[in-house]
Amino acid sequence: MANVFTNIGEWVNERAPGMMPMYRKHMTEYYAPKNFNLWYYFGSLAMLVLVNQIVTGIFLTMNYNPSAAGAFDSVQYIMRDVEWGWLIRYMHSTGASLFFVVVFLHMFRGLMYGSYKKPRELVWLLGMLIFLALMAEAFMGYVLPWGNMSFWGAKVIISLFGTIPYIGNTLVEWIMGDFLPGDATLNRFFALHVIALPLVLLLLVVLHLAALHEVGSNNPDGVEIKKGPKGNRWDALKPADGIPFHPYYTVKDIVGVGFFLLIAAFIIFFAPSLGGWFLEHDNAIRANNLVTPAEIKPVWYFTPFYAIVRMVPSFLGTAVWGVLAMFGAIAVLFVVPWIDRGKVKSIRYRGTGYKVALGVFVLAFFGLGAVGAGITAEVIPEWFGNVDLTTWENLFGRLMTLLYFGFFVFLWAYTYFGWEKTKPVPDRVTTHD
Amino acid sequence: MANEVVDHGRRRFLTATTAVVGGIGIVSAAVPFIKSWEPSARAKAAGAPVTQSLKKIETGQQLIIGWRSLPVFIVNRTPSQLKVLPAQDVRLVDPHSLVDQQPKYAQNGTRSIKPEWLVMIGICTHLGCVPDYKGEIKPEPFDPNWQGGYYCPCHHSRYDMAGRVYQGVPAPKNMEIPPYHFVDDMTVQVGVNPQEAG
Amino acid sequence: MTKRLTTMKHFLASFALALGLLAGTMPAHAEGDGGLMKSGADVRDQASLQRGAKLFFNYCVGCHSLKYMRYSRMAQDLGLTEQEVMQNLNFTGAKFGDPVISHMPEAAAATWFGKSPPDLSLEVEARGADWVYTYLNSFYLDPHSPIGWNNTVLPNAAMPFPLWELQGMQTAEMKAGSAVPEKLVLSHPGTMTPAEYQQATRDLTSFLQYVSEPAALQRRRYGVWVLLFLAFFTFLAYLLKREFWKDVH
Repeated sequence: MANVFTNIGEWVNERAPGMMPMYRKHMTEYYAPKNFNLWYYFGSLAMLVLVNQIVTGIFLTMNYNPSAAGAFDSVQYIMRDVEWGWLIRYMHSTGASLFFVVVFLHMFRGLMYGSYKKPRELVWLLGMLIFLALMAEAFMGYVLPWGNMSFWGAKVIISLFGTIPYIGNTLVEWIMGDFLPGDATLNRFFALHVIALPLVLLLLVVLHLAALHEVGSNNPDGVEIKKGPKGNRWDALKPADGIPFHPYYTVKDIVGVGFFLLIAAFIIFFAPSLGGWFLEHDNAIRANNLVTPAEIKPVWYFTPFYAIVRMVPSFLGTAVWGVLAMFGAIAVLFVVPWIDRGKVKSIRYRGTGYKVALGVFVLAFFGLGAVGAGITAEVIPEWFGNVDLTTWENLFGRLMTLLYFGFFVFLWAYTYFGWEKTKPVPDRVTTHD
Repeated sequence: MANEVVDHGRRRFLTATTAVVGGIGIVSAAVPFIKSWEPSARAKAAGAPVTQSLKKIETGQQLIIGWRSLPVFIVNRTPSQLKVLPAQDVRLVDPHSLVDQQPKYAQNGTRSIKPEWLVMIGICTHLGCVPDYKGEIKPEPFDPNWQGGYYCPCHHSRYDMAGRVYQGVPAPKNMEIPPYHFVDDMTVQVGVNPQEAG
Repeated sequence: MTKRLTTMKHFLASFALALGLLAGTMPAHAEGDGGLMKSGADVRDQASLQRGAKLFFNYCVGCHSLKYMRYSRMAQDLGLTEQEVMQNLNFTGAKFGDPVISHMPEAAAATWFGKSPPDLSLEVEARGADWVYTYLNSFYLDPHSPIGWNNTVLPNAAMPFPLWELQGMQTAEMKAGSAVPEKLVLSHPGTMTPAEYQQATRDLTSFLQYVSEPAALQRRRYGVWVLLFLAFFTFLAYLLKREFWKDVH
């Protein structure tokens, strides 16, 4: 048996001599810092979810019908008539939400340990592009079941482009291919969701990993292991604080995968709609262009950004500012590597100001999410009684918006003017195992 | 750095065990995806047995009904059509229906439960066209000595009045007889064998 | 509070419940939303589903379809034979494999009620079990309504109250100086006691909850085994990781 594998290996190697070196470069001879902690699971988990989305997605397209007349029925057909169709759909819908959970945590890890800083700016930029493509992918996927939230979500989000002066209305009609979201919209979103954006995502993921493996992974200490001493038990010329990705991080990531799958399976099998957070109740109603759902709001992962649109008032006769602010909230993340002038990467050795600011930033993100998801609209009357809801909600939401953008302004000033008091960074990683 | 001795046996055992359990997991996870290709509840409902009354089919007439999206011929054969069947044997590929194209209870001279009633899937065994019913015993352009039967418009395959294929045509096998049974004298149900009928 | 917020608060609790479920205990009923009664619907109670189905096919199917629910699937999941379903529940002459379609012509319905009665296949998914249960318990006589009935949960809808013989008739006591009902009083008892009627509507709600998601029965059954398998796999993976990481100092 072993001989057969060796022979096949040799046969391939003769014809494609580049394959083994590539495998070694990215797996057995990719030296990753040995001090990765819990936060370093989310990259490989994001890959796992991506594979899940592609596989389940392919099987969903086999029974889905991308037409305004047939889409809603075909989802119920999958849920009821197709053998195991319910599992495939729940894996896809749960995967979509967990994708964002994992990606948000992955991005937060990057902020926390300064993984966007030199020499990893390109890794961060490619990651941000993945995030952007993922948001587009998720939005279009959300429209496909053609429930009432799909329809109105599509209408509201596409209408955001209508706020652009002069070309807005034409642009909205061009995106929809109609005067309301309809067959044309659904068909183009389907094509983009199942073919175009997945290709873009895959390409970006390959580039993201290639860029990472050129410079090497950062770590919770923010120390460059390549600049440290050389020589470890596997290779005398490689960083002393590095360990081969395979087998050490593959076996470690498998443990992470196990825990992640436990959580995912719990949701898929016992709470697939997660009480309306992963699959919204109003989407169990067929798309109806005459009846807007009582509470119209995006799925949870868009709520912080959606809240910003609502919180920025229109002035100078246009509502474009809210939309600009929303895109700005994402755009500003692209330029974080240049906003942050600090030399110290990891939060472990950064100034107190940074630690507080990052904490406030996270709170602002959750606060905006609460506004966007309509939680504040419920909680304010409950906690404060009979107050003017709109005033209070706007006050809170605008404060959160300011804190969100304030983080970046603070980060720039804090590092540009040298106000940050950092702690000394150790020469080598400190192991925490 | 004190290098402890690596317990290779334990390492190999754990690697193999995890790989096997993980493999079982992946194979089990593949099962729902493979099973999702089976006929759905809708297809099964559409493929459910079809009951047809025979009252309105006169002698010599053919009725085509749908079962599992397939055309099923139901023919009330005339005595003369039945009489010429044995004489065809010498010209047929499989006169005694030895090829498995019919249930056991239709493996007889008339390929049917009751001699007069032919119940047959009307699909040519060559490339799947639906043959024309040419029931009259009279000279036809394609056969001056025509004894009644089926003529496929696609590639000119010919069958007799029991759906048995003639020699020298492209079709290789007799046309298929579906499972069916008589609910009562004048009602037939396609899709259920007599022994399965309650 | 809406369902989403309540759910969030109870999510951790439901995690614990699931663990309890693994241990073979039954989870308690979810807490009701503000203003809605707790339905106590449970799709795992097959007897309740059967009673609910009987009520649905005696009182509701005249107007409401369940167009995504096949008789055959229902028979299988509710533990009924083809004969029982076809004789006791199917009054429209539909085939066993057909979906449940009301025999009320849609056009006629639109003339009678102003709009055709909605399909109820996904009613519980869209509104929640508590809403449906409360709705069924909140009809009252209303002389101002053209159909004679009104409902506190869905005011001024066109639906009459087909279960009135069972529950009897409720009348509303209005808030002082307004036309908003404050409290419903059973003014004419029906053939069921209030407790019996609540159980009946609970059964009906359970049935509609099952119809909303027939897969719920399967997923809970398989879910337990999937979680046990994954826990075992994760444990093995942990041992493997620990073994390899002995090399890393």
